[in-house]
Amino acid sequence: MKRVYVKEEWCLGCRLCEYWCVYSGSGEKNFPFAFDGGATPPAGMQVEEVGPIHFAVDCRHCDDPLCLKGCISGALYRDGYGAVRVDKTKCVGCHTCIAMCPYGCIVDGGDNKPIKKCQLCAGRDYTPQCVLHCPNEAIVFEEE
Amino acid sequence: MIDYIQPDYEVVRNKELCIKCKVCVRQCANKVHMYDEKRDVLYVDNSKCVNCHRCVTLCPAKALKIVKTDHCFKPSANYTEDIIKDIYRQADTGGVLLSSMGTPKSYPVYWDKILLNASQVTNPSIDPLREPMEIRTYLGKKPEEIRYLPDGSIEAEKYSNLELKVPIMFSAMSYGSISKNAHLALAKAAETLGTFYNTGEGGLHEDLYKYGPNTIVQVASGRFGVHPAYLGAGAAIEIKIGQGAKPGIGGHLPGSKIGPEVSRTRMIPMGTDAISPAPHHDIYSIEDLRQLVYSLKEATDYKKPVIVKIAAVHNVAAIASGIARSGADIIAIDGFRGGTGAAPTRIRDNVGIPIELALAAVDTRLREEGIRNSVGIVVGGSVRTSGDVVKAIALGADAVYIATPALLAIGCHLCRSCHAGRCNWGIATQVPELVQRLNPEVAARRLVNLVSAWAHEIKEIMGGMGINSIEALRGNRLMLRGVGMTQKELDILGIKHAGE
Amino acid sequence: MDEIDQMTERVAEERREGNTRIPSGCAICGYFSRSGRALPATDAVDAMSYMHDRSNGLGGGFAGYGIYPDFPDHYAFHVFYDNDRAREETEAFLKVRFDISNMERIPTRKVYGIKGAPLIWRYFGKLQPEIMAHTELDEEEYVCRSVIHINTKIKGAYVFSSGKNMGVFKGVGYPEDVGEYYCLGDYKGYCWTAHGRYPTNTPGWWGGAHPFNILDYTVVHNGEISSYDANRRFMEMYGYKCTLLTDTEVITYIIDYLHRKRKLTLPDVAKVIAPPFWEQIERMEPKEREKLTTLRNMYASLLITGPFSIILGYSGGMMALNDRLKLRSMVAAEKDDVTYVASEECAIRSICPEPTRTWSPAGGEPVIVELDKENGR
Repeated sequence: MKRVYVKEEWCLGCRLCEYWCVYSGSGEKNFPFAFDGGATPPAGMQVEEVGPIHFAVDCRHCDDPLCLKGCISGALYRDGYGAVRVDKTKCVGCHTCIAMCPYGCIVDGGDNKPIKKCQLCAGRDYTPQCVLHCPNEAIVFEEE
Repeated sequence: MIDYIQPDYEVVRNKELCIKCKVCVRQCANKVHMYDEKRDVLYVDNSKCVNCHRCVTLCPAKALKIVKTDHCFKPSANYTEDIIKDIYRQADTGGVLLSSMGTPKSYPVYWDKILLNASQVTNPSIDPLREPMEIRTYLGKKPEEIRYLPDGSIEAEKYSNLELKVPIMFSAMSYGSISKNAHLALAKAAETLGTFYNTGEGGLHEDLYKYGPNTIVQVASGRFGVHPAYLGAGAAIEIKIGQGAKPGIGGHLPGSKIGPEVSRTRMIPMGTDAISPAPHHDIYSIEDLRQLVYSLKEATDYKKPVIVKIAAVHNVAAIASGIARSGADIIAIDGFRGGTGAAPTRIRDNVGIPIELALAAVDTRLREEGIRNSVGIVVGGSVRTSGDVVKAIALGADAVYIATPALLAIGCHLCRSCHAGRCNWGIATQVPELVQRLNPEVAARRLVNLVSAWAHEIKEIMGGMGINSIEALRGNRLMLRGVGMTQKELDILGIKHAGE
Repeated sequence: MDEIDQMTERVAEERREGNTRIPSGCAICGYFSRSGRALPATDAVDAMSYMHDRSNGLGGGFAGYGIYPDFPDHYAFHVFYDNDRAREETEAFLKVRFDISNMERIPTRKVYGIKGAPLIWRYFGKLQPEIMAHTELDEEEYVCRSVIHINTKIKGAYVFSSGKNMGVFKGVGYPEDVGEYYCLGDYKGYCWTAHGRYPTNTPGWWGGAHPFNILDYTVVHNGEISSYDANRRFMEMYGYKCTLLTDTEVITYIIDYLHRKRKLTLPDVAKVIAPPFWEQIERMEPKEREKLTTLRNMYASLLITGPFSIILGYSGGMMALNDRLKLRSMVAAEKDDVTYVASEECAIRSICPEPTRTWSPAGGEPVIVELDKENGR
């Protein structure tokens, strides 16, 4: 299965991936519309930064996902493509998955709101927008 | 002190589109864009903008554009804005003005006054999609005679030639003036394309030795980074006498660009300015050049062709003739519109001659003297498109050197600020965070794309002329016609006017 | 010439070969007897008439080898003169250098369709011995330069044939008319080549017709080469002057340079002019690959592109060659001791109705025939 990988060597810390991630999840057709309500990252993709070191991290869509095991409402599921996704209508915002994820790749969506995580841009034909728009090809979508 | 100079550009932000993602703030190495947290606003310092388009290109909302300021001086065709500002600058600092890349002045571009031929009726054009179309080129001295051996095979003097799959090479840009990632990209692309890149005068980084078969190593007046292993690493050695953008003076790399790796590669102390002498101090005359040519050949067992690169200057034909007789295998001529990482502005904008005229004069002279076959000719200095390449070859060049188009391919936006060392595109800089912006894999792919595209176009144009082999195009000036030129210009180029 | 003739002459001047480049389409044919039999020139005239439509009446010509058995060791100079002054000047030039055994007007007859003929003379001569004693050049080179001198320096004179025991007959008109004009029925030789011209311009000059000759090399050529200026500028490095600006002229010089001066064999000359593609060369045996790489590289500027079919005549042999893509038609045939080559098969069959073999030579593959050893020169 193709996954999103980040090459730290080429990550510039420009954070464009974070914004394209939000855009992707918004379902909007026009980029700025996704930010109408002042919505800002973090979303599924986050750039970690300490001093000069920065690199993006996102869901590994693990073969044996702990988040999925811990989900109390059945909101997390693996889809036909293999991506671990969240059904926002089922998520109760209990944050168990956030606690379970060893990579810190699941983001608090706000009190009692569904969590946010990488959906592998399933709504955009599995064309990860973070990969498509990385200016230095530091994020790639490939078989390991 | 009052600053007399107002900004050249203005950053225009469309507030309706801007989502305040601040990528502009993070990516501008010149610190044009800033964010005020208290007021939650983005603001700019236009005076620092060099118009490199990094922010514009990366802005995901397409909310930015850079415009030339309409703030103006009282118009004058004589004292133009550029001249006034340069005078202010010099009055401020007392220094020599520095510039980068090729001259922006409006000197004639002869490529654009030359038109190409195509076949109609009397002979067929050739379709490169259906017929073989050959652009392989051998660069170097050719033997004059062959001898037959009793078994029918032939024997000829062997001279080392460079084999080019495309008649386009990447011209000299030193490690130091450009980043290691840029060098690596050029090396990878040259390898994929079956052509050569050129180290420039800054030596060869140890990580790049593996690209030796596609590397031309340069020996310039500063001899930076020159040692036996370096000479042995390349496929050919280039003696740099001059550069089109700055004939008569040596290279200049500011100490700020000389970090640990550049220092080790150049074999000079960190932080010192690397200033090449104007002449080679062992070449004060043409016979001295011969000695250096043969010293380098001795040092490499006569296995590598030696290129002598000169700037196109007034007497270029006679100089080239002298070089051809000095034992050099290839002459590289660099026209005055060529680029540079840093050159005194007045020299860049005023010294030298256009490459088109220099090339025509050299090719004609070498033919008159019957020695054109004893050297290859490579020209550079503003070869901008495949059309220019075809015209250069038809005027008499064997191959061309390109540098500015190569840099454009990997992200350069021709802001002409290389000398500042803060290239936002990771090309003309040694700042690690900026160098990191140039992913050599991506850059190499773009270079390969560019040259492959040109190769396709060259084949297409050749096919139209009914020529299916590049050697039949070389020096084939009947395929060229001039428009809007004086008779003298046409005579020097050796071409007829359109309609003749 | 009277005044009226001179008026037309002045008009034609600008459109002469040398003043402008004139591409041509053409018909060519040639035949060669390996046993050295004297074949009639009339066959060539007949064959050309079958390809009438490939010419447009603006040039035709023939070259015959072995046609002057009475003067086998004399240079036979065929010369066009615009006027007697040019003739006197040329004769003075020749007499200083050559021992002229015979000089005469070339016999012609009036033919409808042949107009504007110059004065046409021929001279049989040997080089004066003292000339050879003083010159640094070899004999052929000296003769070659003498011809170039007359053609470029003496106004109104043009040597169009200068070999031994061979001759060129050419003019403005359809080839069959030109043949009749020169009374070719009176000539026989072991080899004939012929040319009918279809220029895309209106040259009125006899010197521009083909075959083109230097020493005993003659070339008839059909095509328009796209590499012309690359070839010309290379040849001019070696003392050749391409004054006619025609493809045929430069092809002749290339062959002269490679074959006579550089001593390449004719098959190798063919490989320089119409080499295999690099892709093909790479697939060859190492030895052949190295040879072709060397030849292609060192004589890169002599590669000819664009369509051509040529027949080269020389003392004792004939070579036919097509461009590397075979962009012009050319057919070869054999019967007994004679080999035929022509633009169209109909021309061959008109004079040899039942050849034992006909074939279409591939692009770049020369057809070479030479006199059998026992019939050698």
